Amino acid sequence: MRFLRLPAVLAAAALIATACSSEGGDSGGSEGYPRDETLYTTGTAWGPPVNWNPIMRGQYAVGTFGLAYEPLFHYDPEENEYVHWLAESDEWTDETTHVITLREGMTWSDGEPIVAQDVVTTIELGQKDVSYSNIWNFIEGVEATGDREVTVTFSESRPQEWMNWAYSNPIVPDHIWADKDQQQLTDDPNEEPVGSGPYVYETHADDRMVWSRNDDWWGTEALGLEMQPTYIVDIVNASNEVTMNMISNNEVDLSNNFLPGIDQMIDGQAITSYYDGPPYMQSANTAWLVLNHDREPMNDVEFRKALAHSVDMSAIIDGPYSNLVEAANPTGLLPQWDAYIDHELVAEEGYTYNADEAVALLEDAGYTDQDGDGFIDTPDGDPIELTLQVPSGWTDWMEAARVIAENAQEVGINLEAEFPDHDLLVEDRNSGEYDLVVNNDRQLSNTPWTYYDYLFQLPLRDQQTTVNFGRYENEEAWDLVEELAAVPADDVEAAAEITSKIQEIQLAELPAIPLWYNGLWSQQTNTTWTNWPSDQGNPGYATMWDGWFELGAVRTLAEIELAE
Amino acid sequence: MWRYMGRKLGIYGITFVVAVTINWMIPRFMPGDPVSSMLNRASVSDPEALERMNTYYNEVFGLDTPLYQQYLSFWSGLLRGDLGISVWLYPEPVTDIILRHIPFTLGLLLPAIILSWIVGNRFGAFAARSKILDNTVLPLGYILTATPYMWLALLLAWALGVVGGFFPTAGGYSFALTPSWSWPFISNLLTHWFLPFLSMFLVALGGWAIGMRNMIIYELEADYSNYLQALGAPRRLIRRYAFRNAMLPQITGLAVQLGTIIAGALLTEIVFNYPGLGTLVLNSLNNNDFFLLQGIFLFVVVGVLIANFIIDIIYVLVDPRTRVQMTGGAS
Repeated sequence: MRFLRLPAVLAAAALIATACSSEGGDSGGSEGYPRDETLYTTGTAWGPPVNWNPIMRGQYAVGTFGLAYEPLFHYDPEENEYVHWLAESDEWTDETTHVITLREGMTWSDGEPIVAQDVVTTIELGQKDVSYSNIWNFIEGVEATGDREVTVTFSESRPQEWMNWAYSNPIVPDHIWADKDQQQLTDDPNEEPVGSGPYVYETHADDRMVWSRNDDWWGTEALGLEMQPTYIVDIVNASNEVTMNMISNNEVDLSNNFLPGIDQMIDGQAITSYYDGPPYMQSANTAWLVLNHDREPMNDVEFRKALAHSVDMSAIIDGPYSNLVEAANPTGLLPQWDAYIDHELVAEEGYTYNADEAVALLEDAGYTDQDGDGFIDTPDGDPIELTLQVPSGWTDWMEAARVIAENAQEVGINLEAEFPDHDLLVEDRNSGEYDLVVNNDRQLSNTPWTYYDYLFQLPLRDQQTTVNFGRYENEEAWDLVEELAAVPADDVEAAAEITSKIQEIQLAELPAIPLWYNGLWSQQTNTTWTNWPSDQGNPGYATMWDGWFELGAVRTLAEIELAE
Repeated sequence: MWRYMGRKLGIYGITFVVAVTINWMIPRFMPGDPVSSMLNRASVSDPEALERMNTYYNEVFGLDTPLYQQYLSFWSGLLRGDLGISVWLYPEPVTDIILRHIPFTLGLLLPAIILSWIVGNRFGAFAARSKILDNTVLPLGYILTATPYMWLALLLAWALGVVGGFFPTAGGYSFALTPSWSWPFISNLLTHWFLPFLSMFLVALGGWAIGMRNMIIYELEADYSNYLQALGAPRRLIRRYAFRNAMLPQITGLAVQLGTIIAGALLTEIVFNYPGLGTLVLNSLNNNDFFLLQGIFLFVVVGVLIANFIIDIIYVLVDPRTRVQMTGGAS
C-alpha cells in the first residue's frame, strides 16, 4: 500500500480545501467582488474578450460600446424619440446642415475634456475602411464650429439614415484615435479603452469581462442616473445546462440567451422576464423566410403567396418555442413600429395560415403534379425540389425549419430542411447560392427604414453581405425607400404615408415572408438584484446585447435595486 | 539500449511529422473561409471596404498563397515556435492562447490519469481475491467504464452541484475572484477542479480495476503460481509475483488509452465549462480558426508522444525481458 499514501493525502487535502471554501464561499471574503455590489450577466459574449476597439463592430468585448464608449444620442423606441446623450442639443439649420452641441464639463476616463473635435475625428474615421464608411456617401463635411459645437453638412439629405448612425455609433477621443492609420484602426485591440461612459475596464479572463463603475461619469449629474452595481462581470456564454445551473444557484443575475424550457422556470418571483406569461420576452427582431429571387419558382409571386399561406405559425410557436415568441405581422414590422403599419391594408391584403388557399393558389398558377411523385411541378413540367437552410446547432431554428418544410410538403411543395455550418450558409447566402434561408440580421431601430433597406436595397451586387439577400429587384419600391430616408427624423406621419405605399408593394409582392418576432431573450434572478424592467413595473430593456445600450438598456443598470 | 532508444525516437519522429501534416490538412478541407466569417461578424456594409479588408486579412494570415507554400511556411513557423495568429481571437498569437489554457487541462489530466491508474490497479488486485468484492465491484466497474465521460459529468454536476450544492458546476474559478497566490483563490480553484477531476477519475478507474482483476486471476492460474504454491510459498509472495506480472499489460494499456482519455477530458471540460483546451477546440472549430485548431492538436500530439515515450522507458525499467533483448542477450 505504499503507492496509495500520496494520492490519499492529496485527495484529503482537496476535500478539506473544498469543504472550507464551500462554507465561506459566497460571501467572497476579503478578496473578490462583493456579491451585493456586483452584477453577473451572461448570454451575450460567445468568445473570450480580446478586443476593446469600438470601431471594429461585432468583435469587441461586451459593454465596450455602451458601458465604456457612448454615442451622441440615444433612441427610445417605446416613445419613438431621440434622447440627447453626449449631445446637449441639436438643430437642423436647413435641410442639409445639422448642428450638434455637446454637454458641458464632460471628460474622458483619462481626464481629458470631451470636445467637438472628438466628434469630428470619429466621423472622419469613416473615410478609412471601417464599418460605417458608407455615411460618407451622403456627408459632405464635418467641422468643429465651436468648442462644443459640431456642424455636419450633407451632400444629400438623409436624416433617417444619419440619425441611425448618430445613435448607434460610439464617439472616440481625438487625442487617441486621430493619428491611427488603417492598420491600427482594424488591428489595435485597444487594451486600455479610454471612454466616456459609466463603466471602465477592470480586468478580463478568457471566460469573463469585468467592468467597474466610473464614479466621475458625467451622466450621474446631467441625467440623474446612478449606476447601482459597482462591478459588472459578464460571463462568456456556456452551454444551456451550465447557464440553467447558474441561474438556479443565483450565480448569475441576468441571462440574455435563448434557453429552451425557461418558461417553466419563470415564476414572476425568483426568476422573472418582461412578461409573466407568454410570450415572456419583448420582441427584438423579425425572423424572415428569405427567398432567392434568382431561382425558379421563388421568382413567381403566386408561388411565394402560396408558400406564405402554407406556414402554420402557431405550430412553430407552440412547438419549438413553447410560446416564447409571437407571430410576426404580415408586414414584418416590430410592435414598436406600430405607428408605421397600415392596419387597414394589412387586414385586406395580409395572409394567414390556410393550407387550402395555398393549394388553390398553386393550382391557379399552373403548379400541378405532372410526374405523379406527389409533389407539384412547375407549369413547364419541371420538378420542383427546394431546400430551406438554417445554421446547424441553432436548435430552435432547426425545429422551426422542420415545421415549415412539413407544412410546405402538405400543400405539395417538395421542401426539405437542411442544416449546414453557419459560415458556409453565410457564404452561400451572400453569393446567392441557395433556395430559402431564415434570417434575422436587422434589429429594432429608430426607423422602419432599416427594415426596408434590408428588403429592397438596390443595386444588386455579386455579394449581398448585409441586405437584400433575396436579390429582389423592384425600382419603384426602392425609390420609395430612398424617399423614406429623406423624411425628417421626427416626422412620423410623413414617414407612415410612405411606409403605407411600401407595404402595398410588399404585401402584393411578398419579397420575403415574415415569420415570428425573435425575442429579446432576457431572464433575471431576483435574489440579489431586483426591480428589473417588466410590463407591470418600469419599461426598458434588461440586456447586455450590443446595440441595445443606446436603446435605453443602460438605464436598467441605474434602475435595478438590491433585494432585501 | 541506445539503439533501442534511437529506433523508438525515429518512429516517434515519423509519427510526429505525419500527425502534424494531417492536423494541418483537416481544417483546410473543412467548408467555410475563416476571414469571411470573421468579417461577417463585423457586418461591414460598404462593399469596397469589405473587399479591401478581405484582401488585407488574407494577406495577414497568408491565405492568399498557394497551399504548398502555406504548408512550408507552417513548418518554418513551427520550428521557430511560431504557430501563427488566431482568427477567432484576432490579433492574439495562438501560442499565448494555448499556454493560458494548458495548465487547466494538465491539472485535470495528470492527476486523473495517474491516480485512477494507481488506485484502479490496487483495487482490482484487491477485488480479485474476495468473492464479495468481486461480485459488487466488478459490475460497478463495468458500468463506470462504459459510461460516457460527459454523461457521468452531467450526473455529478447535477447531484453534487445543483442538488447538493457542495461544488460549483462551471468555470475554472469563481467569477468574483481574480487570480492570485492567496488561499481564497487556491481553495476556490480546487473546488472548481474537483467535479471535472472526479468524473474523469471515476470513468478511468472502472476500466483499470476490471483489467487488473482479470489479469490477477489469469496470473494466479499460471504454471509458475501453481509451482510456487506446490513448493509451499506463502500466498502473499505468490500474489506479489502475480501482481508484478499483471502490471505489464496495464502499462501498455495506459499508453494505448491515452488518446481516448484526452478526448474524454476535452468533453468533460465542455460540460463543466472548464477553461482548458477542450472548450478551446470546440470554439476554434465553430469559428473556422485553422491556426488555433492546428496549434491545439500539435500540443495534444506532442503530449501523447512524450507520454508514450516515458511509458516506453518505464517499460524497460520494469520488464527485465526487454532489457535482455536490448543488450543482445537473445542472440
